[in-house]
Amino acid sequence: MTVVETGSSERVTGKRLLRREDPALLTGEAKYVDDIREQGALYMALLRSPLAHAKIVSIDVSAAKKMPGVTDVMSGRDLQSEWVAPMPCAWPVTQDMKNPPHFPLATDVVHYVGDAVAVVLASDKVAAVDALAAIDVNYEALPVVVDLEDAVSDRILVHPSLGTNKCFVWKVEPDNDKVDQAFASAAHVTKNRYVQQRLIPSALEPRGVIAIPHPYGGEYTLFSSTQIPHILKVMLSTTIGISEAKLRVIAPAVGGAFGSKLNVYAEEVLALALARKLGKPIRWTEERSENSLATIHGRGQLQEIELAADEKGRITAVRVNIIADMGGYLQLLTPGVPLLGGFLYHGLYDVPAYSFSCTGVFTNKTPTDAYRGAGRPEATYAIERSMDLLAKKVGVDPAEIRRRNFIPPEKFPYSSVPGLIFDSGSYLPTLEMALEKVGYQELRKEQERRRSGNSRKHLGVGISSYVEMCGLAPSKVLGSLRYSAGGWESATVRILPTSKVQVVTGTSPHGQGHETSWSMIVADRLGISPDDIEVLHSDTAIAPHGLDTYGSRSLAVGGSAVYLATERVLEKARLIAAHRLEVSVEDLQYKDGSFRVTGSPEKAFALSSVAFEAFTAHDLPEGVEPNLEATVSWDPPNFTFPFGTHIAVVEVDEETGATELLRYVSVDDVGNQINPMIVEGQIEGGIAQGVAQALYEEAIYDEFGNLLDTTFLEYLLPSAAEFPSFELASTVTPSPTNPLGVKGVGEAGCIASPPAVINAVVDALSVFGIDHIDMPASPQKVWTAIMSSQGNGRKVE
Amino acid sequence: MFPASFDYAKARSVAEAISILSSVEDAKLLAGGHSLLPLMKLRLASPSMLVDIGSLAELSYIEDKGDYVAIGSMTRHHDISSSRVLKSEIPLLPYVASQVGDPQVRHRGTIGGSISHGDGASDLPAAVLALDAKFVVAGPKRERIVPATEFFVGFLETVLSPDELLTEIRVPKFSGGWSFQKFNRRAQDWAIVGVAAVNDGGTRVSLVNMGPTPMRARAVEEALADGASIETASSKASEGMDPPTDLNASSQYRRHLAEVLVKRALTEAV
Repeated sequence: MTVVETGSSERVTGKRLLRREDPALLTGEAKYVDDIREQGALYMALLRSPLAHAKIVSIDVSAAKKMPGVTDVMSGRDLQSEWVAPMPCAWPVTQDMKNPPHFPLATDVVHYVGDAVAVVLASDKVAAVDALAAIDVNYEALPVVVDLEDAVSDRILVHPSLGTNKCFVWKVEPDNDKVDQAFASAAHVTKNRYVQQRLIPSALEPRGVIAIPHPYGGEYTLFSSTQIPHILKVMLSTTIGISEAKLRVIAPAVGGAFGSKLNVYAEEVLALALARKLGKPIRWTEERSENSLATIHGRGQLQEIELAADEKGRITAVRVNIIADMGGYLQLLTPGVPLLGGFLYHGLYDVPAYSFSCTGVFTNKTPTDAYRGAGRPEATYAIERSMDLLAKKVGVDPAEIRRRNFIPPEKFPYSSVPGLIFDSGSYLPTLEMALEKVGYQELRKEQERRRSGNSRKHLGVGISSYVEMCGLAPSKVLGSLRYSAGGWESATVRILPTSKVQVVTGTSPHGQGHETSWSMIVADRLGISPDDIEVLHSDTAIAPHGLDTYGSRSLAVGGSAVYLATERVLEKARLIAAHRLEVSVEDLQYKDGSFRVTGSPEKAFALSSVAFEAFTAHDLPEGVEPNLEATVSWDPPNFTFPFGTHIAVVEVDEETGATELLRYVSVDDVGNQINPMIVEGQIEGGIAQGVAQALYEEAIYDEFGNLLDTTFLEYLLPSAAEFPSFELASTVTPSPTNPLGVKGVGEAGCIASPPAVINAVVDALSVFGIDHIDMPASPQKVWTAIMSSQGNGRKVE
Repeated sequence: MFPASFDYAKARSVAEAISILSSVEDAKLLAGGHSLLPLMKLRLASPSMLVDIGSLAELSYIEDKGDYVAIGSMTRHHDISSSRVLKSEIPLLPYVASQVGDPQVRHRGTIGGSISHGDGASDLPAAVLALDAKFVVAGPKRERIVPATEFFVGFLETVLSPDELLTEIRVPKFSGGWSFQKFNRRAQDWAIVGVAAVNDGGTRVSLVNMGPTPMRARAVEEALADGASIETASSKASEGMDPPTDLNASSQYRRHLAEVLVKRALTEAV
């Protein structure tokens, strides 16, 4: 089943090895940013705008400066000379994209509630927070734009200097005439409008930063709760003008991120600039309510999707128009997020004509950016909701409409009309397996029994089949999309004199378990125990090259680099072993830690001996350098395309509008699995996060741009008590994209699950003639929909 | 989230707690802390001093007194939910206690703290209201007994004066049906609407989160007394009430939920 070459007679990959990271994390031995003690550090606190759009008339910091424990208080104007460039946006998606001026502290105008205007430094945390109240800011309120369509109208401008709220219009339009013809001759057409509500990423550990200057040497060390220490180093250096060679960035233990720490934040830039200015360590830890305002939000789109289909429901064209909410400014990848879904609105269906257009708009709200799935959950939701509506129009079961449209296995690698090449896939088995596992026919009977028995608790079954693109990414493709960085990953495998192994990776795990998985990959190839392998990461002084962890890329790209570096180090070891055994390299086989001569297995040379030989260098072959180490920077030839089918079973109480998730079945294909336990953990967490979007979470703004749910009392992050045990299964279709045959898994769960749940809720409510309900399907929303449905709360079917 | 600075005193007796409350302006009792501390961290409350009564063992007990059960005000929700006496004599109360918050909250939160806080959205105040409980209140001069029906007066406001301390809750035993219906979105949440019903000859119904205080559904009770059907009586669930609107529920939706839940509660209890 696997394409991986192994040097071990007992394979480690594929085993459910416990995560080596966990004991330190669970006992508190692992240190997060806030756990790090740094003598003499000043605590930073930020004053944030209470208004969504306002002119800063004046800022008086004199009273705050006199507060006990306060070292200094500064406004945006006081710090203007610290910046050599504005806050970075690394994805200018079009030539004419509009990017407003954006600095760590606003100087003239604030553009969202939470936009920082002043900073306090104090000898302790509480003194810093207390002094915020003593800063006197005089604002002059400006008109506010919150709604996306209102923003498109340019009635009120977020940034008048840009002349429009439209940041960009970005299109995938291979052949619009063909799309128009398909719609003109279609037997069935669906047209729907969906809302992707804003979500607030809520990592267990909020953000935090410590910037430490070394004034005499001129170096700086920055600890940050980030998922991108390498990218952050480059961006910090270019933003505030510190030599990149003198900057070391460390991501210590990081308690989750989900894309929200894939960014360069004002607090990181400020802490480093202030450390330079004052020559003292500066530290900051985000508060929970601050997190909901000052950390990026996810999603925030209005989608319009049309399907054209023939008599049998085979799709002939997909046409999509979306408006994407940028928020008040562009953060690191803000404009690029909708693009990651822009190629995938036809899902895993064989569609001959395609048209996609996205308009990015500014609003007076927290900036959006990548959040687990980034673009693909939105695309999957739109197509999978539409498939159910198409099934209804055609008069077939939702499972059948999918069967009729899947890309058939013989078409792989599949060239999609929008321009991707799907690496490998076999979609139908995931659907059939999920249907069987959930007992689909029996559920339909039970649903009918309840309906005819006039039950007031309605059963709903929802199917979601998905494919996504991840494993970011071929650098050339990223370049063609105007992304400012590459997509390669770096790895070093170093066999030490005593034959213990160090693996250095450019990925930056923050919960994914790379230390465990990478050690398994190397253990298999070298035929040694994973316990003899250490994995080093997330410190730019230890792992100087890397592009970090996001976009379900780490295993497919970084894990592959680790595998290839292991291969390369074995090649060198083979030269040394061949020299010592006085045979040619072709005569050697490697197994279980030793090179053996083919045909004379008693003639062997252990890897441990090679390691020591490479260290002493007493007798190395001609032209072979001392030490046993290899570094590989690997650029993948393509994305990977994991896929699967999820089925949700819900019960909706028509009297209260409450939805209970009764069962959740998923069949995922993520290619080869290095550690199935970690794979399942990723899928389970992803499903929960997607169900949360479908039923619970929403950043709610009022018309004045106030965020109303800034605590977990109002922002409904579900807990384990709200979920049934998920029923997981998988198929394995190896990816030809990388030497491990793996695909990404970090985002699949939350890409698949929102439409599964909403399809189930709508299925349950179909007795009332309801054909859609927006996320989150709260009890009140469901009840209101029932009361205002065709039958005014009575069944119509 | 940091509270504003405050002084702290640990009371060694009820008398000492009352004496501190009488002498320090803006001092507040700290029981389990599960209502007060979040308010302080959000800076919605900034008492000058916290008088910690957490270690007053003399206030933590559940005693069978014949026709009622006496519960010390510092008794934790967990102890109420697992009490054998209460389970057999007043089964509504341990059930309600088991529905409050999450295990951490139930191991720290106290019944006296919850009642004294007087939150209309809390479960236990509504439960003791339906149970016709009486409260023993100690003050600097005398002890007084206040019926639950007269205790809650406004939003987070009770008849307790700043120098008084609720010491005991006296809950009459009952034999008959009961029900507690709690509607919320997450297991750990406050009720969007809750209903406690007790039927021991007459029927008493109280509502959670339908107004500034826990409230008796008098119109329902009267309709039942007049022989109305459950259907008719429950249609009067929100009569005379002005339920709040928040992110979870509009006032109108709360009225609807109250009807549905009262009907379910009566069906179970009567």
